[in-house]
Amino acid sequence: MRKLKRSILFLSGVAVSVLLSITYSHVLRTLTPPFAMHARNTYTVRHTAENRRAAIDLSQKVRVLCWVMTQPQNLEFRTRHVRDTWGKRCNIVLYMSSKESDFPTVRLNVSEGRSQLYWKTIRAFQHIHKHHLDDADWFLKADDDTFVVLENLRYSLSEHNTEEPLYFGRRFVPFVAQGYMSGGAGYVLSKEALRRFVKGFADGLCTHDTEIEDVGLGRCMETMKVKMGDSRDVLGRQTFHPYPPDYYLLRQLPRPRPWYLVYDHYDPVEVSFRVN
Amino acid sequence: MMSEGSSFMKGMALGGLFCLVMTYFETFNPGTHSEGHLHLHHHLKPLSKEELQKLSEGQMSALTQQVGVYCLIMVTPKLLVHWATANDTWSKHCDKSVFYTSESSKALEAFDLQEQDEWARMRKAIKHAFENAGELRWFFLARPTTFAIIENLKYLVLDKDSSQPFYIGHTEKSGELDYVEYDSGIVLSYEAVRRLIEIFKDEDKCPERGNALWKMPEEKQLATCLKYSGVFAENGEDAQGKGLFNKKSVSSMISDSMGQNPADVVEACCPDMAITFGGMSPSQMQVLMYGVYRLRPYGHDFHDSLTFLPPKDSDND
Repeated sequence: MRKLKRSILFLSGVAVSVLLSITYSHVLRTLTPPFAMHARNTYTVRHTAENRRAAIDLSQKVRVLCWVMTQPQNLEFRTRHVRDTWGKRCNIVLYMSSKESDFPTVRLNVSEGRSQLYWKTIRAFQHIHKHHLDDADWFLKADDDTFVVLENLRYSLSEHNTEEPLYFGRRFVPFVAQGYMSGGAGYVLSKEALRRFVKGFADGLCTHDTEIEDVGLGRCMETMKVKMGDSRDVLGRQTFHPYPPDYYLLRQLPRPRPWYLVYDHYDPVEVSFRVN
Repeated sequence: MMSEGSSFMKGMALGGLFCLVMTYFETFNPGTHSEGHLHLHHHLKPLSKEELQKLSEGQMSALTQQVGVYCLIMVTPKLLVHWATANDTWSKHCDKSVFYTSESSKALEAFDLQEQDEWARMRKAIKHAFENAGELRWFFLARPTTFAIIENLKYLVLDKDSSQPFYIGHTEKSGELDYVEYDSGIVLSYEAVRRLIEIFKDEDKCPERGNALWKMPEEKQLATCLKYSGVFAENGEDAQGKGLFNKKSVSSMISDSMGQNPADVVEACCPDMAITFGGMSPSQMQVLMYGVYRLRPYGHDFHDSLTFLPPKDSDND
């Protein structure tokens, strides 16, 4: 009888011990997080292995004011994408239109249309000169279908002195003796260049003598003795482009040359390409 | 009383010892504490940052060297311009890339399989690739109308054992069959291909000419044969569950995102570590190549934990 009782106790000891161990390990397993199956990381944490220190420092040293030439009907389907993407990387960004709005847009005293583009440019620069001259070091004009990599712009401007009369962009040959910068590619004025542009109009040396804004501005730059900068990189490659990338990322340049390549001041570098 | 108590205690002690011994053996058994991929039956994700940080320099180096990719790119004469573009761009980032064509054609430099049937062609290409894989343990099967970022593919499979069967891409369902979509690229491990070649010999389960009456597209034929070998399709995704394999182009995906998430277009759209995009024209591929590998914003330092060196003797970007 005693032996039976002892055996039962022994066995129940084994059972209890085993049960305890199983329970313990089960609890342990449920407490440790499962292998990262559906980790819901937030969208805002992006590129966490990225260090932007150098870019941020440069943005404080080389301040760029961007003004975007736009119109009321473009705001919703076009300009908003400028605002959502590269626009916010400017130190200051101004959307210039004929109407004020909550976009926000700045109202220039002009009407809309291709014939009004040079008036828009003149009024825009006058507005910037009046209200923002000390807020930035360089002044960029862009269209609402232009894309700008601000970091690279700052990098290329960083070695230049904004107190010198300088103007950068995609240099075109025709219409103006020293050439002019393509409007479509975007162009940048130094502080001194901006002062001279506004002064030119104030003194009557520059007038609205054309509807073509990039040619008109180029002519005024020449009159006011603003120098044409060279925006190409160390290997002679262009950094400003009037058309989208696929027009330029070609293995072979088209022949006959389209107008936008014929107008170029600098010859393209062609490497011969053999198809076996 | 004492003796009864001690019997119980002896029982407890034995039970405890038994459990201890069991757990000791369990930790040495690789099957039970599997690293998750057996649980992630249909979703396959890359190593997380935390896991990556736990690896030593030596381990990382070993992993990056082991993950060699053999690209099989299936062309036809009418895809000449796409062939030229793939040849000039992303295929250079494969450790080995071979273009397989249905028939020879002027200017098209590819391995001529002399086969018009798509499924038969795929089988031949896979066999050829397996025989010529050398040290490479991962196979990427695509058409030249797909654009691939091989480095991101390597990252996805970095911690996966190629001697296990893997069949990865964008998965779709057709009835009971889960298959990987061809248009967004198909990834197969060495073991998956080995099993596939074995089952190629079985004319019942995996017929060469397919089903003559009702022709299944080759992506489904492939899935069926693999399924018979116990290899199942898995969806390649990032930590957030976003698909890494896409048959749409970047602009198409952005357009969709503009409609669905107007406030947050880029963020909600495409994964940072995307592997493939489809439906792109040759010039769009050149632009994407430039965007992915060359265009850089000054002052942004992306210090990735790993570097995948270019294949030997390659002239890739």
